[in-house]
Amino acid sequence: MSRLLPLLVFLALCALLGFGIRWNMHHEPSEVPSPLIDKPAPEFTLPFLYDPAKTLARADLLGKPYLLNVFGSWCATCQEEHPILTAQIKPLGIVLVGLDWKDAPEDARRWLARFGNPYDSVITDESGRAGIDFGVYMAPESFLVDARGVIRYKRIGMFTPETIENELKPKLAELAKAAP
Amino acid sequence: MLPELGQFALILALLLAFVQCVLPLCGAWRGNSALIACARPIAAGQCVFVVLAFGILTYAFLTQDFSVAYVAQNSNSALPWYYRFPAVWGAHEGSLLLWILILNVWTVAVAAFSRRLPDEFMARVIGVLGFVAFGFLLFTILTSNPFARHLPALADGNDLNPILQDPGLIMHPPMLYTGYVGFSVAFAFAIAALLGGELDVASVRWARPWTNVAWAFLTLGITLGSWWAYYVLGWGGWWFWDPVENASFMPWLVGTALIHSQAVTEKRGGFRAWTLLLSIFAFSLSLLGTFLVRSGVLTSVHAFASDPRRGMFILVFLGVVVGGSLLIYALRAPKVAGGKPFNLLSRETLLLVNNLMFTCAAAMVLLGTLYPLIGDALGVGRISVGPPYFGFMFVLLMLPVVLLMPLGPFFRWAAADWRATWRALRPALVLAIVAGIAAKFVAPETPLRGLAGVAAALWVGIGIALYALKRWRDAPRGQRYTPEMFGMIAAHFGVALFLAGVLITEATSVERDLRFSRDESQRIGGLDFRFRGVERAQGPNYLADEGTLEVRSDDRLVATLHPQKRQYAGRQMQSKSDIDPGLFRDVYVALGEPSGADGAWAVRVYVKPFVRWIWLGGLLMMCGGFTAACDRRFRALPAREGEPVATAAQVPA
Repeated sequence: MSRLLPLLVFLALCALLGFGIRWNMHHEPSEVPSPLIDKPAPEFTLPFLYDPAKTLARADLLGKPYLLNVFGSWCATCQEEHPILTAQIKPLGIVLVGLDWKDAPEDARRWLARFGNPYDSVITDESGRAGIDFGVYMAPESFLVDARGVIRYKRIGMFTPETIENELKPKLAELAKAAP
Repeated sequence: MLPELGQFALILALLLAFVQCVLPLCGAWRGNSALIACARPIAAGQCVFVVLAFGILTYAFLTQDFSVAYVAQNSNSALPWYYRFPAVWGAHEGSLLLWILILNVWTVAVAAFSRRLPDEFMARVIGVLGFVAFGFLLFTILTSNPFARHLPALADGNDLNPILQDPGLIMHPPMLYTGYVGFSVAFAFAIAALLGGELDVASVRWARPWTNVAWAFLTLGITLGSWWAYYVLGWGGWWFWDPVENASFMPWLVGTALIHSQAVTEKRGGFRAWTLLLSIFAFSLSLLGTFLVRSGVLTSVHAFASDPRRGMFILVFLGVVVGGSLLIYALRAPKVAGGKPFNLLSRETLLLVNNLMFTCAAAMVLLGTLYPLIGDALGVGRISVGPPYFGFMFVLLMLPVVLLMPLGPFFRWAAADWRATWRALRPALVLAIVAGIAAKFVAPETPLRGLAGVAAALWVGIGIALYALKRWRDAPRGQRYTPEMFGMIAAHFGVALFLAGVLITEATSVERDLRFSRDESQRIGGLDFRFRGVERAQGPNYLADEGTLEVRSDDRLVATLHPQKRQYAGRQMQSKSDIDPGLFRDVYVALGEPSGADGAWAVRVYVKPFVRWIWLGGLLMMCGGFTAACDRRFRALPAREGEPVATAAQVPA
């Protein structure tokens, strides 16, 4: 029996690894749950891209749900996401806040001038500090924040037509139902 | 045309690997000497085709053939030529090919340097190695073809991941893989012994230098990787308990147990089951490491290309290789314990503790690495255990190892003289404790960990030095330091350096995130840092912001450092820290982001005492492994005559 033990332990290990593969096939690896979901959004006070003298803070946005979209002029996927943001998310009527992350403001202004600006307001996080607070580890990344300032949904990577249909729209409907 | 030839060469290698597995194993089974004689030539043939395929891929990188998809993804016309070599193994497909190449080199070396062993035994060893090569070649051809075309050819490539564009990384993967794959020799030997039904001392003696060399390469690979992570990743850390690092560390831990266990089996005939099982484990963990890194089952900061379909293939292969070998073990493992009897106080007991502790440590690392997966499986969500778990558990398990290590050489086989050992080691113990207490007075703010580090390092270091001295006095001239003995002393002394490095660095490092305006000076860890601003710098394939910091100690300029933030051609960003290295302390600066309009920047500054000792220790352990493998004793005796057990005269006490 004792000589069978290593084999049995190994078989259990194989079962676990097989499960891991199955799990990965049905879940996207980017679906690591964020510890921030259903928690208040972190505090931030960041300068506007087009008016750096003024700042936008978390408190200023309370009262209405908004979608915080992390982007950067250096990020190729953001460029890919940009038309989807403009054509499919903006019409949903959600307030769009762009967070220009780890980027030179002049580059971001040039980028938005070239492709168009879908955002209701754009704020800049040149140092990436706010990004750290939000747990951003790649761009694009989006956070749906409700009227009370609580993060309800997070998307790592770009929005696709499917994710808008299957994830974002149901979440927005939930928020609309919850709102008085 | 050439890439197609490369693929063709791989397919031929696959067919030869199949033949290399089947014919010699059948021959050994049926006692057919013609089939047995096939083993060596077929192995050489397979190696030729694998070398050809690898050469063609390298050539595609050197000539920038962007019609090959793998080249286009991992290279760029601006990539300097010296980084085109590491680019060959910079991603999944090429690193697999490197793996196979190294396996072939090991196989051919084994075939060439083991003429003294029985042909039948060698046929089994080469057959098992052929099976491993077959699995990996099939995997490459079916799921990860490095020669796949991208037509029409791209005008320019995507660039090699910038964190891989570094001299440290040219050597890291080949060394690591040489270690990983080297355990396949010990594995093949164990399976051959199980199939043959006889684990004789001669074949263990033959396997020992191979295992030592593989272990030494793995030690070097891990040391290089740690050093590379330290200066490239820009966090100033040297070990992160990241799944990819753990993947290389687990085989190392088991390999460490294995080289000790083999010594017992060879010299005393005991621990046969341990040696067989550890041989299987060491290579299994190498395979498992490949699986974990390549399948995407675990996410890691190293974030290599990963793919669940590949994962499935490796899992099946892992199941066949490891499951099969454990089944063979269960059916054919030696029924009697064997070996000479030993007392509780003996070298065997200490080595048993060593085996247990290192195996437990490997199991602990495996458990921690798989924790997120276990969380998913039990439906409690993905949870990770981080450095706190690993750090605590590892220290706990290694504590007895460190405390007992100096006793090992002093204890005799079978029955140790406790009083003599105590008399011999008393100075080391006293000195270690005194130095630990003295360190408290010299540097009062040193936390307990640092003091423990000083004491532990001295205990091990002086203990080993005392043993070296005893050999000098007791052993006859010419036999004082055989390579095996010298290797043991060097490796154990390396452990002392490593301990000093780790515990002192962890306890006394200073790490600060600071905002520097132009020409501002700040004092950190007893040194003055003056920031001289940031300028633009142009590299071969990147543009950088380069900061300048002057480091002064008592108004004497110690170093001028130039940390960079690089923007590569492929639009990838990379922070490049700058380090003033020193035997007793490193100064490490990394450039953050510009902060504010007045030319101020965020700068991360570390002062890390004794951090180099970590890698010096690793290098010394490596030297020990190589030196021990050189011992003539492993080759000198004509093993064909099948002599039973080493006599006491050959065994250094």
